[in-house]
Amino acid sequence: MTAMTKLLGAAAAVALGTGAAMAEPALIFDLGGKFDKSFNEAAFGGAKRWADETGGSFLETEMQSEAQREQALRRFAESGANPIVMTGFAFGDVLNQVAPDYPDTKFAIVDMVVEQPNVRSVVFNEHEGSYLVGMLAAMASETDTVGFIGGMDIPLIRKFACGYAQGVKAVSPDATVIANMTGTTPAAWNDPVRGSELTNAQISQGADVVYAAAGGTGVGVLQTAADEGILSIGVDSNQNYLHPGQVLTSMMKRVDNAVYEAFSDGTDLETGIYVMGLANGGVGYALDEYNEELITEEMKAAVDEASAKIASGEMVVHDYMSDESCPAVSF
Amino acid sequence: MDFITLIQVLDSTIRLTTPLLLACLAGLYSERAGIFDIGLEGKMLASAFLSAAIAYVSGSVWLGLLAGIAASVLLSALHGLASITFRGNQLISGLAVTMLAQGFTVLVAQDWFQQGGRTPSLTGAGRFTGITLPFADALEPVPVIGPIYAELISGHSILVYLAFAMVPLTWWILFRTRFGLRLRAVGENPAAVDTAGISVTGLRYAAVLICGVLCGIAGAYLSTALQAGFVKDMTAGRGYIALAALIFAKWRPWHALWSCLLFGLLQAVALRFQNIDLGGIVIPVQVMDALPYILTVVILAGFVGKAIPPRAGGEPYVKER
Repeated sequence: MTAMTKLLGAAAAVALGTGAAMAEPALIFDLGGKFDKSFNEAAFGGAKRWADETGGSFLETEMQSEAQREQALRRFAESGANPIVMTGFAFGDVLNQVAPDYPDTKFAIVDMVVEQPNVRSVVFNEHEGSYLVGMLAAMASETDTVGFIGGMDIPLIRKFACGYAQGVKAVSPDATVIANMTGTTPAAWNDPVRGSELTNAQISQGADVVYAAAGGTGVGVLQTAADEGILSIGVDSNQNYLHPGQVLTSMMKRVDNAVYEAFSDGTDLETGIYVMGLANGGVGYALDEYNEELITEEMKAAVDEASAKIASGEMVVHDYMSDESCPAVSF
Repeated sequence: MDFITLIQVLDSTIRLTTPLLLACLAGLYSERAGIFDIGLEGKMLASAFLSAAIAYVSGSVWLGLLAGIAASVLLSALHGLASITFRGNQLISGLAVTMLAQGFTVLVAQDWFQQGGRTPSLTGAGRFTGITLPFADALEPVPVIGPIYAELISGHSILVYLAFAMVPLTWWILFRTRFGLRLRAVGENPAAVDTAGISVTGLRYAAVLICGVLCGIAGAYLSTALQAGFVKDMTAGRGYIALAALIFAKWRPWHALWSCLLFGLLQAVALRFQNIDLGGIVIPVQVMDALPYILTVVILAGFVGKAIPPRAGGEPYVKER
């Protein structure tokens, strides 16, 4: 009898164990698409790294329209996926409504703060990383005019622009920063033609380094910059390889690490606000074989010094989203 | 605004107008023949993808252009089959064509190149490059005329010149040839054309196929001349803006040129001057971005004159009841 109980208990434990293992994590990509060479692709990279290392599998889906967000969230939650990670600020409102309905499911949202007990809000200090590439841009510029091309005009993208402009002004206070946004609808993330025209417009205004924080639109920016013989700066993922020797650097936003950590924590995911900045390697600039000739020793030294100061809290980069204003650039 | 800036804005206008103009003329042929086509967007997208893919694989942009036209014509034929032969609803068929293209291009691109629904970047002969017109360099130092010729008129890809040449050609075909007369008649009163012993179906298919060819060129221009590769949804609503321009132009070729140029100019101005400061009043960029649509609404509301579509537009032709 006792043997029987033990056996049953063991069987139950095994069953429970598999039950827990069955809870696959899920990843939802935003409208830019899984392979945007940028933000969403970084998230996919993190999930893939987790899958390769643990041998686990994960569920994924890609948004095609605004209306699908809630449906996708609920479907994953009801199929038992846990935790559910989503990329993009646009999930904020939907998650705020959906999360209370599934108290046992853990959610993680990148780029937005959702105050629910079962949600981890991962936010990045993009302004810090942008500050560093802004310094590089100012040091690489010969005309003292640099450009910024954002995707959709949202506070988050203005945060990129603001950090960048502060970095530029820190190196050369008289430099001009031309900041443009591609549009005001989600289509602005996937319009390389507009990105190209904006780049041409900035070049004609004297810009010789252009920073693109615009998802798929950035492909057009980097292409035109390469065609016209000026430097560009990529964003989110390392985009230096797209045009070797013509992309000055990339502002790395380690969305991959955020997704990797969320997946690794699994159902034990700690909720609350989780800030990824220079101090914990959440943002940074890319240096590899494609751009090593563009970044001189002095440039690297100056940026690394600033990076250390920001990480230690000695220097503070103004965050646009804290007060919706920017001291270094006007929009 | 100085002279050089003006030239740059107009140069940008020409680049932005070209795909609109080609798509607008494509819609003109189709709608003049009585087939509404809201699938311009989808055809451009399909062509943008296939032209970039074939240009990359073959290394020849001309083969790419042909492939793009073929893809667009295929979708046109599908639209024709649904709306002419099977007398389906033309709006639904047009919408289906667009949705099919949006999904299919990304799917095929991902399967083919494994780059997430993109094509690899085109280089060298895989792209249309700007043509320097004769005497452009020699004329450049001449004041006013020099920069206009060298910067504004010269230096575009061949597809730009083709698009602008299509305007007089379209006018000539529609208003000076027998084919054009019949094409317009079939959009106004197909029964009369049928009574005269001319095939309504044949004429409408011809119009739809011409529409396919022009959309194909527009799509190829986007991905192989303006850009160096295909990106998901890269047409970004230009097919719909072209439709608005077509209504604006009241289905006439020269007016189509002016309305497309106006829409292109508004876009170029919005891109170049993000916030316009008019003596203390700042016009935000969003207003400039919205202007083409506001203008269309104004036109449709009848302030500038009534836009009357071809009378038989949207209705399948039934020979006998």
